[in-house]
Amino acid sequence: MSETSLSTLAAQLAGKQISSRELAQQYLDRIAALNPAINAFITVDAEKTLLEAAAADALIAAGQAGPLTGVPIAHKDIFCTDGWLTTCGSKMLSNFVAPYDAHVIQRFKAAGMPSLGKTNMDEFAMGSSNETSYFGTVKNPWNPAYVPGGSSGGAAACVAARMAPAATGTDTGGSIRQPAALCGITGLKPTYGLVSRYGMIAFASSLDQAGPMAPSAEDCALLLNAMTGFDPKDSTSLDREKEDYTRDLDKPLAGLRVGLPKEFFAEGLNSEVAAAVEAAVNELKKLGATPVEISLANSQLAIPVYYVLAPAEASSNLSRFDGVRYGYRAPEYASLDDMYCKTRAQGFGAEVKRRILIGAYVLSHGYYDAYYLQAQKIRRLIADDFGAAFKACDVILGPTAPGTAFKLGEKSDDPVEMYLNDLYTIPANLAGLPGMSLPCGFDAQGLPIGLQLVGNYFSEAKMLNVAHQYQRVTDWHTRAPEGLK
Amino acid sequence: MSLTPDDVKRIARLARIETSDAEAQATQAQLNSIFDLIATMQAVDTRGVSPMAHAQEVYQRLRDDVVTETDRHAAFQAVAPAVENGLYLVPKVIE
Repeated sequence: MSETSLSTLAAQLAGKQISSRELAQQYLDRIAALNPAINAFITVDAEKTLLEAAAADALIAAGQAGPLTGVPIAHKDIFCTDGWLTTCGSKMLSNFVAPYDAHVIQRFKAAGMPSLGKTNMDEFAMGSSNETSYFGTVKNPWNPAYVPGGSSGGAAACVAARMAPAATGTDTGGSIRQPAALCGITGLKPTYGLVSRYGMIAFASSLDQAGPMAPSAEDCALLLNAMTGFDPKDSTSLDREKEDYTRDLDKPLAGLRVGLPKEFFAEGLNSEVAAAVEAAVNELKKLGATPVEISLANSQLAIPVYYVLAPAEASSNLSRFDGVRYGYRAPEYASLDDMYCKTRAQGFGAEVKRRILIGAYVLSHGYYDAYYLQAQKIRRLIADDFGAAFKACDVILGPTAPGTAFKLGEKSDDPVEMYLNDLYTIPANLAGLPGMSLPCGFDAQGLPIGLQLVGNYFSEAKMLNVAHQYQRVTDWHTRAPEGLK
Repeated sequence: MSLTPDDVKRIARLARIETSDAEAQATQAQLNSIFDLIATMQAVDTRGVSPMAHAQEVYQRLRDDVVTETDRHAAFQAVAPAVENGLYLVPKVIE
């Protein structure tokens, strides 16, 4: 079971070799055995899962199955899920049972995919290590002394440990790609606007985008088919014709121009990561691709720009948590104002508070032009760099993160050190471009290394084509941690 | 630019987050290191660059003015900390 692709699982289900209930039970058993040590899930509810699986079996029996019907999936706890605890990794929502489904959840329910539970994450998706979760840190399945990355760390860890065949994630500054890299799986952040944000708890609305996480690019293509689509309930959802993201998987790569941004291979990149990425470039050359040096000259400004824009948007989005309509309320207070202040002081963790304070400051009177407006202007320069680069190449390739997984606690006292982990992933969010991470090797300690692809707007099928062709000639994506059998 | 503990308390007040003097002291150093990082933006010449608020050229869609939602206030209020007669309860605001 542990090395089974989504297409194989779907074929086994369609051929009645296994039922959705049996398959879900196998994964639930594995979760029961492994999750206490990994902590990838915040909520598991076997009864609900098996009910959804039984409904999928009924669809299959009635001949109404879609391509993924009956295949189970785990959902990041940022997606509101009707009747399920939906915490966003925070004490603030530790008692919040969502009264409706996020659009992404609706889509996977419509596809007949039973939910295996809600995965752990950095609080309100703010973090790169999963250490800010109110529900405890997630351990990296490759070595439990190391972080899984974040913020979709539970999603990445549960897929890496084969506790789920697939998971949903969200990516505001790298939160799908960086944990995918650190846990040795494949993850894709689509073009901004392709997946609805309805019911996905907001962090930075101009950057937030949901996407699939699974062992392979082929799996991600199938999941993307289920996830994308116009939703009138998200004002930034794009009304485009439906695409089949698997359509180009088998295309040869001859003639492909792969852009290598010189800034992504400069100082600060771990040498083992650099070597693995360069080896991947050589594999692609063997498949007929041509490397082209490109420049993303303003990319070093992406982190400062992001740490103005994302906290500014977060400070506004998180103002809704006031202890009135849902979630946590402080037990004692003297007035309405005091209730707000105590509820927010007690309900939010340290990193979330820091970001709210940064956001409140950069938006406050007298500082708007110097910070917020300047950041928005540099955001334009960063996006323009990509526009110029895509005149010379078809897809951009580089490392996903500057290093492999770091030890639990190693960076948690130094926010700036932690932020630098997202150096290579943030630029795509600022520009709204699709990006993905796929496994391309291991360091000397046996920790996975991630390769990043960034494509032009709406070029997901092309990126998946490149990733799939690479995965046909390599086996990094099939490796699972030893000792978790 | 450097924030003082008083600045931290003022911003925390704007954000409605109760912050003790000790917390403001501890937060001050971390915020200042983040603002040092942010300050590297200031050297960039952005004259003539139009600010980018959004990844796509989006506009606000209009829809027909018809009822699209059903009344689910009971379900929505079931998750509220305190309700009575369909109303959210908060401490008294007007004397």
